[in-house]
Amino acid sequence: MARLLKTNWVKKSLALILTYAVIQLLISTNILGGYYQDTLVTICINIILAVSLNLITGFTGQFSLGHAGFMSIGAYTCAIVVLRYQTLPSFILGVFLAALTAAIVGFLVGLPTLRLRGDYLAIATLGMAEIIKNVFLNLDKITNGAAGLSGIPQFINWFWLFVFTAGTVLLILNFVNSSHGRACISIREDEIAAEAMGVNTTKYKVIAFIIGAACAGVAGAIYASYFYFIQPTLFGFLKSIDILVIVVFGGLGSISGSVIAAVVLALISTYLQAFSEIRMVLYAVLLVVIMIFRPQGLMGSKEVSLAVLGKLGGLFRDRKERV
Amino acid sequence: MPILAVNRLTKYFGGLTAVYNVNMELEEHELVGLIGPNGAGKTTIFNLLTGIHEPSSGTITLARDGKSIALQKLKPHEICNAGVTRTFQNIRLFKDLTVLDNVRIAMHKNIGYGLVSGLFRLPLFGREEKAILEKSAELLNIFNLLDKKDELAKNLSYGDQRRLEIARALATKPVLLLLDEPAAGMNPVETTQLAELICWIREYFKLTILLIEHDMSLVMKICERIYVLNYGLVIAHGTPDEIRTNKQVIEAYLGEDVGNGNA
Repeated sequence: MARLLKTNWVKKSLALILTYAVIQLLISTNILGGYYQDTLVTICINIILAVSLNLITGFTGQFSLGHAGFMSIGAYTCAIVVLRYQTLPSFILGVFLAALTAAIVGFLVGLPTLRLRGDYLAIATLGMAEIIKNVFLNLDKITNGAAGLSGIPQFINWFWLFVFTAGTVLLILNFVNSSHGRACISIREDEIAAEAMGVNTTKYKVIAFIIGAACAGVAGAIYASYFYFIQPTLFGFLKSIDILVIVVFGGLGSISGSVIAAVVLALISTYLQAFSEIRMVLYAVLLVVIMIFRPQGLMGSKEVSLAVLGKLGGLFRDRKERV
Repeated sequence: MPILAVNRLTKYFGGLTAVYNVNMELEEHELVGLIGPNGAGKTTIFNLLTGIHEPSSGTITLARDGKSIALQKLKPHEICNAGVTRTFQNIRLFKDLTVLDNVRIAMHKNIGYGLVSGLFRLPLFGREEKAILEKSAELLNIFNLLDKKDELAKNLSYGDQRRLEIARALATKPVLLLLDEPAAGMNPVETTQLAELICWIREYFKLTILLIEHDMSLVMKICERIYVLNYGLVIAHGTPDEIRTNKQVIEAYLGEDVGNGNA
């Protein structure tokens, strides 16, 4: 049993189950009330968005400003499915369709634009997101135009929220720690050397883009299902920037950094509600201060591992023994 | 049949002729040197051979397993897959990655699991990753880099970085290895060790090697044949002894009229 506890995936599963159980307990005992549950959902959505954008920008080194576009595709896909068939299975199907459509659009957009580098790619992806927004604005019959879709039945609960969030994060974590993920990282490090070492750089840029887009689609689907209402302007340029801020704040190339940053920034913005007039000013000032003192982001490109947590636990025990 | 046949290879950059009508043949298992003054077009030839630049005209043919492959239209990663890899004159390691990851990335083209196995950690993933880890350790051990496998590449000493670049190139399992000034910036002792290493890897990995080098003593000592390039043209080729006494080569390196004393 002790040996079983030491294997990595058992530890990981235990940590996940524990997180799930604790928050479930807080929700059932109503310590985590309605308002804080909204924050919880926002945090999870932002985790998915930030981790998936980190795959594209932090790991593969492709600067994208169009992540909200993929999110909106997921949101609309799921909303349309769920509005027509209002059952839990169709919601689950809607989430998968959301991922699929976003992935297809990611492929179609990625193939031509990923030939561009740096600033040019940023502008191209920005334009792509604006085009998607305008398509939704003008497809009156399907998307109800600027008025948006409302009355979307709410199927998402803490269980499904946790499953989709943990699922996408684990999937991306697995990816970046596989040989395919290393191929993506080599593109960020030195594209010419990566090519010369046999990495098909175009292929791996597009793969990173597709996986990132699919996950953003899932985030959009969760958003639509929880907040009842979506309209094209919710997924504009500013939303993409919000996601990018989380990624940079957490550290380009660090999954745990993105997760921590999503939580920290959501908490900051929630507690700043008390100062509603100067909330955005304080938020911006905080960001500037943090970036001055930690330009590489909270985590740099490092990861929090369970081993580190174990060490911390060890320190704690030592101290107790000394006392 | 030569393993590499370069036929009338030409490259223009706008109005500048960088490489003109170069013919070259490398037999299997040969160690051939490519020398010439600065700006003669040596690195351009490497860039053409590895697909970083596309030739303006001419053909490059690689013979492998009885088949001949035309390299001149292929992309760099396809050329690497065909069995040609290189090192770079100005070291191009993945600086912010570990020594181990540098080598593992070069093994990517030969991995035996797909995207789905990687995403869901299927059993195949574990087996293949373990195999890659073992192969990388073996390779790093050869280059005395195994105890530094978790260091970032940028923190290695200059000589270690040069050797890591060769190790990384070998991790792609090439049949033809192109070395671009591997001894640049090394002291005489390191250069001697490098010469031994190059000869040894040729035997051990059964390679054909094409070597660009400025250090004449190194080239003359280990190469079987030498091509001399000047202003993008091959001005001479032959054994080290023939090159040493070639009038045109001496002129290219030292200037004309050396014999008359009024140079």
